[in-house]
Amino acid sequence: MNVHPVTKTILERLGLGLATLFVVSIIIFSAIEMLPGDFGQAILGQAATQETVAAFRRELGLDQPAYLRYLQWVGGALQGDLGTSFSGRNASGIDRSRAVVDLIAPRLWNTLFLAGLTAVIAVPIALALGVSTALFRNSVYDRTVNTATLTTISFPEFFVAYILILLLASLYPVFPSLANVDDSTPLAQRAFRTALPALTLTLVIVAHMMRMTRAAIINLLASPYIQMARLSGASQTEVIIKHALPNAWAPIATVIAFNLAYLVVGVVVVEVVFVYPGVGQLMVDAVTSRDIPVVQGCALIFAITYILLNLIADIIGIITNPRLLHPK
Amino acid sequence: MTQNPDTYSAAGEVGAVLEKRTFWTRLKLDLKKSPWSARFGMVIIFIYAMLAIFAPVFAPYGEAQVFPTPYAPWSSEFIFGTDQIGRDIFSRLIYGARNTVGIAVATTFLAFLIGGALGLIAAINRSYIDQALSRLVDVFMAIPSLIFALVLLSIFGSTVLNLIIIIAVLDSTRVFRLTRAVAINVVVMDYVEAARLRGEGLGWIMRKEILPNIMPPLIAEFGLRFCFVFLSIAALSFLGVGIQPPTADWGSMVRENASLIQFAQYDLKAGLTPLLPAAAIALLTVAVNFVVDWFLHKTSGLRDEQ
Repeated sequence: MNVHPVTKTILERLGLGLATLFVVSIIIFSAIEMLPGDFGQAILGQAATQETVAAFRRELGLDQPAYLRYLQWVGGALQGDLGTSFSGRNASGIDRSRAVVDLIAPRLWNTLFLAGLTAVIAVPIALALGVSTALFRNSVYDRTVNTATLTTISFPEFFVAYILILLLASLYPVFPSLANVDDSTPLAQRAFRTALPALTLTLVIVAHMMRMTRAAIINLLASPYIQMARLSGASQTEVIIKHALPNAWAPIATVIAFNLAYLVVGVVVVEVVFVYPGVGQLMVDAVTSRDIPVVQGCALIFAITYILLNLIADIIGIITNPRLLHPK
Repeated sequence: MTQNPDTYSAAGEVGAVLEKRTFWTRLKLDLKKSPWSARFGMVIIFIYAMLAIFAPVFAPYGEAQVFPTPYAPWSSEFIFGTDQIGRDIFSRLIYGARNTVGIAVATTFLAFLIGGALGLIAAINRSYIDQALSRLVDVFMAIPSLIFALVLLSIFGSTVLNLIIIIAVLDSTRVFRLTRAVAINVVVMDYVEAARLRGEGLGWIMRKEILPNIMPPLIAEFGLRFCFVFLSIAALSFLGVGIQPPTADWGSMVRENASLIQFAQYDLKAGLTPLLPAAAIALLTVAVNFVVDWFLHKTSGLRDEQ
């Protein structure tokens, strides 16, 4: 078989990604499996009769073997059905629960908006800082930026968030401290209200991204072929644009995707601080009330996003790898 | 060196050069050369440790002692005021050092026990056990650990013991990766082979042959892991699913007093109150990072290129 090495490697990566997704979905699915036996009683309340509890267990399909339920759950998830929430049920058997998808869908758009806004601000800043500090290594500028980012990395996200609230919302009221948005909020207003959460995430993520970009470029500039190009008389710009950059795309893409994946996690804490109606906040509320179907739905979405972003980074790395593109 | 046969004594020269340095002399020499950032870090860590160990001595009031005025301002009676139900914030900050840092240290130790042991076994064994463990770790690392921790906490409930076990297991994956990676290079050494041939058991090879040779990267990783675990636990407690009240804990203290921040315009001190526990977390993380940085620099044998 004569398959281009790039296609082959990409297919391998995709297969690996799918396998990971499969195992992850099993782990998330088994969350309901690991609950104590009497959880039906706990959710429906002490007054629930045995019949109501039994009906509830039947509705969850607990009378069927686990592998059948797994297939149903995955099939449902693929068609956009993640089951119904545990909350809103009571002992009398009246079911006021809502579909998990209806809970997640509007919030998912909010979370994506926040993450997207952050990425648009953070990625260019981080790349510019990373490349410039790598070029002027050991200068005063480099050291200042380095110390500043090392400090930001050590701060918990909520610390950064509350410092920003204290400065920009409380002492000098520029932005609102609660990022209160809904469907009817116009885009400009939405961006304005989301400014503080986005700024918090930007500060946290720029520090990581900048340090990783700097390390990647420095690593690259130390390689023998760059030195060779320098010795043969290429100018600094030429070295960077013509020689370093083609090899730098892969590490830079990895850095960006890795940090966007990090955003997925960072978003949870920041959403709670600013009471931003996103998936992260929903998940934390669901964990507090032990509403497993909602936790499962949110976890699945976070995990898929995370795995996808890492997969994209890998694929960009493969596509832009000169050694794979021009095989001998 | 002089070659004059009348005065030269090989034993004398060797004796003069090889004055055996004890562990403490070496430590003293190293400390003398340490940069200011590492010294600053060590002082901070020492202060935190003292506060954690002797919390009841330093704290003016009890951990859960309630006073009649909630949200009292900063005063000589309550240095940082009181919280939403009237507990002294300064005392709770000191007890927080014991609870939050103590739990984080315990979790990190457990993570190293699990991850380190499995990593060493995988590196020595290199058969199906290695394959199975490595693939399992790959999958665990494919899910962001905060999300994973939230799922597990929703199943098992938020108790301190669950929190320690869950975070330790999730973090042991990274310890496993590192231990396995560094141990693999040591396992192939001749002296390990010799130990095997003379019939030493798995435990001996792990402890006496391999572990001493992979200590420096593991110690540095311990510092970094501690920071990570500490921040995760603080984040979970802040979200309300970690360490539960009435235990004094920095993460939940930030959440409980967060509403004070809107009064910063009228009283800056009130606005600063919720930031104090957060700052306590940040300061310790920075301190540990500084020390780890110095340690890595020292053990890697790299010199600053100017």
